[in-house]
Amino acid sequence: MKQFISFIKKEFYHILRDKRTMFILLGMPVVQIIIFGFALTNEVKNARIAILDQSNDAATHSIRAEIEASRYFEIKKYLHSYKEIEKAFQSGQISLVVVFPQRFEQDLLHFNKAQVQLIADASDPNVATTLTNYASAIINDYQNRITNNRKLPYTINTEMRMLYNPQLKGAYSFVPGVMAMVLMLVCTMMTAITIVREKETGTMEIMLVSPIKPLKIVVAKAVPYLLLSIINITSILLLSVFVLDVPIRGNLALLVFESILFTLTCLAFGLLISSSTASQQIAMFISLVGMFLPTVMLSGFMFPIENMPVPLRVVSNIVPAKWFYYIIKEVMIKGLGFAAVWKETLVLVGMLAFLLALSIKKFKIRLA
Amino acid sequence: MRTLKFLLQKEFRQIFRDPAIIRIIFVMPVIQLMLLPWAADYEIKNIQLSVVDHDHSDYSRQLVSKLTASGYFQLENYTGSFDKAMESVEHERADLILEVPHHFERTLVKENESTLFMAVNAINGVKANLGAAYLRSIIQDFNREVRLEWIQFPRFNPETQIEVTASNWFNPGLNYKYFMVPGILVILVTMVGAFLASLNIVREKEIGTIEQINVTPVKKHHFILGKLIPFWVLGLVILTIGLGLAYAVYGIAPAGSMLVIYGFAAVYLLAVLGLGLLISTYTSNQQQAMLLSFFMMMVFILLSGLYTSIDSMPEWAQYITKINPVTYFIEVMRMVVLKGSGFRDILPHIMIMLGFAAILNTWAVINYKKRS
Repeated sequence: MKQFISFIKKEFYHILRDKRTMFILLGMPVVQIIIFGFALTNEVKNARIAILDQSNDAATHSIRAEIEASRYFEIKKYLHSYKEIEKAFQSGQISLVVVFPQRFEQDLLHFNKAQVQLIADASDPNVATTLTNYASAIINDYQNRITNNRKLPYTINTEMRMLYNPQLKGAYSFVPGVMAMVLMLVCTMMTAITIVREKETGTMEIMLVSPIKPLKIVVAKAVPYLLLSIINITSILLLSVFVLDVPIRGNLALLVFESILFTLTCLAFGLLISSSTASQQIAMFISLVGMFLPTVMLSGFMFPIENMPVPLRVVSNIVPAKWFYYIIKEVMIKGLGFAAVWKETLVLVGMLAFLLALSIKKFKIRLA
Repeated sequence: MRTLKFLLQKEFRQIFRDPAIIRIIFVMPVIQLMLLPWAADYEIKNIQLSVVDHDHSDYSRQLVSKLTASGYFQLENYTGSFDKAMESVEHERADLILEVPHHFERTLVKENESTLFMAVNAINGVKANLGAAYLRSIIQDFNREVRLEWIQFPRFNPETQIEVTASNWFNPGLNYKYFMVPGILVILVTMVGAFLASLNIVREKEIGTIEQINVTPVKKHHFILGKLIPFWVLGLVILTIGLGLAYAVYGIAPAGSMLVIYGFAAVYLLAVLGLGLLISTYTSNQQQAMLLSFFMMMVFILLSGLYTSIDSMPEWAQYITKINPVTYFIEVMRMVVLKGSGFRDILPHIMIMLGFAAILNTWAVINYKKRS
């Protein structure tokens, strides 16, 4: 036991003395939370647009003013002919053009009917759709105002309620995702690399001939990273509650338990990678491609799983982060209890057992 | 010049003798380009709908069949109790609940007005927003049909109406892959530049072979050029592979000129390689280098406009996007590939990128020491 503890101490020295690595490992979750929390919104606002007003009358002016006043749009340019539209798009300055045809107001007054054309740069399809919707809504409002809000007969009203996340904050869906990402990075990648590094620099050989059991060496390597992950989980949760106002609706103990379970799974995966590779670059590559990319892509936090083609959806089931993400969402955001997530927990336990068994079996006392 | 030639020979041999590197260089782009665009599909479709129908009238049935026929919604369940619908939301089976109240049809006909209730699972804000918008517009359509049933509108429209027609240029099918693939290509090229180059140099530091080079008369700039040129070439090779795949798999052929793409990529790689070099001068082992470049890549990718529009970011984040080289290349790629922008349109981008290249490389060269 004493030997074991001194090994753990050694690992801690390794980590603590490398200030840069420490700094990044502890700073990463903070930076991620801040970027995700404040910088990345899927809300569209301040979109730069252009106006092609061939009519230039009172009606188009007041619609223009309303568009200008909305926080979604910022009129960047006034065009004078159709030919300029394509050029304006190509220079990348604008993402929508509102075109008023000639005699807009006259048509509106005489025929009660006029047309507006919206041309969107659909390179980004979602932004294009959203902008078109916003602009139509503004024009619609204007129309309602000039008709004095007369109510049409047989009107179906709709009442909308947003569950769990009434302000539609992005934070609700990514806090669990950031947790999964950071834990995996710290546990899988860092663990795999530190072990392989000892192999590469030759110090593993020295440790393997020492009287301590080889398995203990490896476990001692994992302990500091487990501790680091717990610190990271704590800081992520604190940040999300106090800075991003994302509540923890469920049981905190359950949340911590599930996080540790996932951490252990990641560690087991890291051990497995380390026992089957010989160079840091390969270990890094495998953890990136084998663990990190699938986590980002297939856990459902960046990209919606239900949109993916069937093969990817099937593959997503073997990604531990997918289950973890689901559990955290249910417990933290929806406030459900263990009864709602026991199946997913069991899946994680199964994965942990499998990975551990495999990595112990593959662990070699002798280096090649 | 001769020294450089030998150094280059050494580097290329080293790269091509390492099967792992070869795999990283050729397999990773293929995997990423084959998988990522499929995963990164933000097109909102297949919204799971749970209908709570208290009315069981003709109208409620018509509305439901109209919703499911729209292609956006899939009927997950059709029940008479709200709790049941709520349960399916809790288990992530349904995204949206539509509740039709008692006597919906009767109230609509008799009192000229009736209300439908919706509850949306809003954990994913985008999906909730778009889903609700689709639902609302379909209900409006339905409303119009109902009205037509009851009132015969005269030919001359007494209600003032502004007709809005929308058209989508450059990507009329609203295909999300057209948007993502050029961006992912940029990430690939960046990875090779920043990641591999810095790892390569740090590796020499870590295993000590850099000492051997340092005691030779090889000049500083020879060594650096010898390291950078192979990765510059590799970056362009990967770009070529990527463009080929984009065409073969997704049918994306650049609308603009290839020359513009390669021209910009050549300058861009200079900047990114400078960054990789800089990272390697600040770190002493591969673990550090990897972690640092990983960290930077993460910030760069997230704040590059690859996934979310830069216009909607807060001001401080917009400043970061301005000092992020990835932003410019993604913008250029999308402009040239989708919109066919020409050399003149991207001239400002090229100038900025030249600036980046100059600053980063000078910084790195100053910081690189032939002593440890």
